[in-house]
Amino acid sequence: MTTLPATTEKKLGLAIDLDTCVGCHACVISCKEWNTSNYGAPLSDTDAYGADPVGSFLNRVHTFEVTPDLGEAEKQVIGETPIAQVVHFPKSCLHCEDAPCVTVCPTGASYKRTEDGIVLVNEDDCIGCGLCAWACPYGAREMDPVEQVMKKCTLCVDRIYNENLPEEDREPACVRTCPAGARHFGDFADPDSNVSQLVAERGGISLMEEQGTRPVNQYLPPRQKTLADLAAKNSGFQGGCGTALAAEAKDAPGFFGWLDRALDKMG
Amino acid sequence: MHPAPSIIMFTALSGVGFGLLIWLGLGVPVLSSWTAFWAFGLAYGLSVVGLISSTLHLGHPERALKAFSQWRSSWLSREGVVSVAALLVMAPFAFWRVFLVPGGVGGLVGLDGLAGLEWLRWLGVLGAALSLLTVICTSMIYAQLKTVPRWNMGLVPVLFVLFSISGGALVTAPVAQTVMGTVVMLLVLTVLQWGYWRQGDRRFAAAGHSMETATGLGGIGSVRLLESPHSGTNYLLREMAFQIGRKHQRRLRLIAAVMVGLVPALLLVTVPLWWAGLVALGVHLVGLFASRWLFFAEAEHVVGLYYGKR
Repeated sequence: MTTLPATTEKKLGLAIDLDTCVGCHACVISCKEWNTSNYGAPLSDTDAYGADPVGSFLNRVHTFEVTPDLGEAEKQVIGETPIAQVVHFPKSCLHCEDAPCVTVCPTGASYKRTEDGIVLVNEDDCIGCGLCAWACPYGAREMDPVEQVMKKCTLCVDRIYNENLPEEDREPACVRTCPAGARHFGDFADPDSNVSQLVAERGGISLMEEQGTRPVNQYLPPRQKTLADLAAKNSGFQGGCGTALAAEAKDAPGFFGWLDRALDKMG
Repeated sequence: MHPAPSIIMFTALSGVGFGLLIWLGLGVPVLSSWTAFWAFGLAYGLSVVGLISSTLHLGHPERALKAFSQWRSSWLSREGVVSVAALLVMAPFAFWRVFLVPGGVGGLVGLDGLAGLEWLRWLGVLGAALSLLTVICTSMIYAQLKTVPRWNMGLVPVLFVLFSISGGALVTAPVAQTVMGTVVMLLVLTVLQWGYWRQGDRRFAAAGHSMETATGLGGIGSVRLLESPHSGTNYLLREMAFQIGRKHQRRLRLIAAVMVGLVPALLLVTVPLWWAGLVALGVHLVGLFASRWLFFAEAEHVVGLYYGKR
């Protein structure tokens, strides 16, 4: 059925920390790797090494520049002046509570699970009409160019409950792989969960709220950085980091230290 | 949005086909025998070609039957169910008007003039109602989408219905003696078409969507795309941020505005012969295709905001 459940027992989803994400795209690749070899049809690429490569991905990282709109007051104290900053922005299915992609589906292929709120596509029922992708404001659904069925994030439903995997691997591939720890997986229905706490602490934001989709996934906004932060960072790099490197070169211990000194003596 | 030819054909042809069925079902005009044969043939032909065309853009047309299952929640499913119901319900009525009425085509095998079939005209009325419902369902497939503000307004179903009933009325207007009524509908249609463009041009901004709301970063400043997530294109950009189609926007609007109503109306008024209806339909279809091209090509999907596009 493509009617939405009134409520779900759990609200599994991601909290994505925009302050921490470094835009390495590891989540994109890890997602593609896991999902091309597991749930449903593979995520195909066409003309992968040619001039016009196109492929389906369930997760994409956009990079935005945010320029503060400065009021007069903020210009007065130079140190506190907010500066423009680069924000890396991973985007995948938000597993919305009012998921418009589900209700438009004519075949019942799209559905939202009552037990955990995950939005899935039963690919055997998908006719590839594309209407669900039109209904999604976030670009979370992509038609696979080869299989011609709709692909979307499954929240790695085949990992998170998978008892054949070691316990630490039972989370979405993107979360497991993120080297910066910017992605957090948990149950938003539980106010004490890691993700609920993060959202409460950091003031989590919903994307395009005016669409009324009530996304489960939340984004933790980046801190506003100021000219003072920039100055501190730069001085740290020259004074701290630079001298540390120089010291390391001078007093390298062990065999390489000895080799270094020996080679120096050769003139 | 990408103006796929199969979808333009679907909405345009099935719209006119069901429009013609609405009038034939209501008995405006009451046709019999060979005249009914050609009129119903044209109506069924346009509707069915339109509906088949809609399956051409499917990734898996062989599973199309599954689309009849979700009528409780999906406008696309409803459209499928109601369209088939309309065609089936109308069929006995059409058969009666073509073959069984006195002097009908069935006379060739002695089957004309069967008595006691008058009640079949109620099937015609029911078929007309279902045909109207089909057009409304078609329009709601688009009008329901909040993600495309230009479509997400009450004017869209009104416009689709008016396109359908005026396109349908065109064909039989000279025969049915309904030229003046048809001309009025065509003029109202032309005005509404302009109204749709004018209102549609303001919809995106009025809906309040921006890169700031899309990213949720509006609180710390104004947002622009620094780097796209991928160097090539993808399904989303091809399907929903298709901008090339807007190139001839002004010229196409002019063509649509003139051909949809003004020229057909002039034709009907000046040429009081039965074939004027068919010529007027030809002209109207050119305008309708231009209008539907723009309907898709001009429509901006909010997902474009994540790519700094509209």
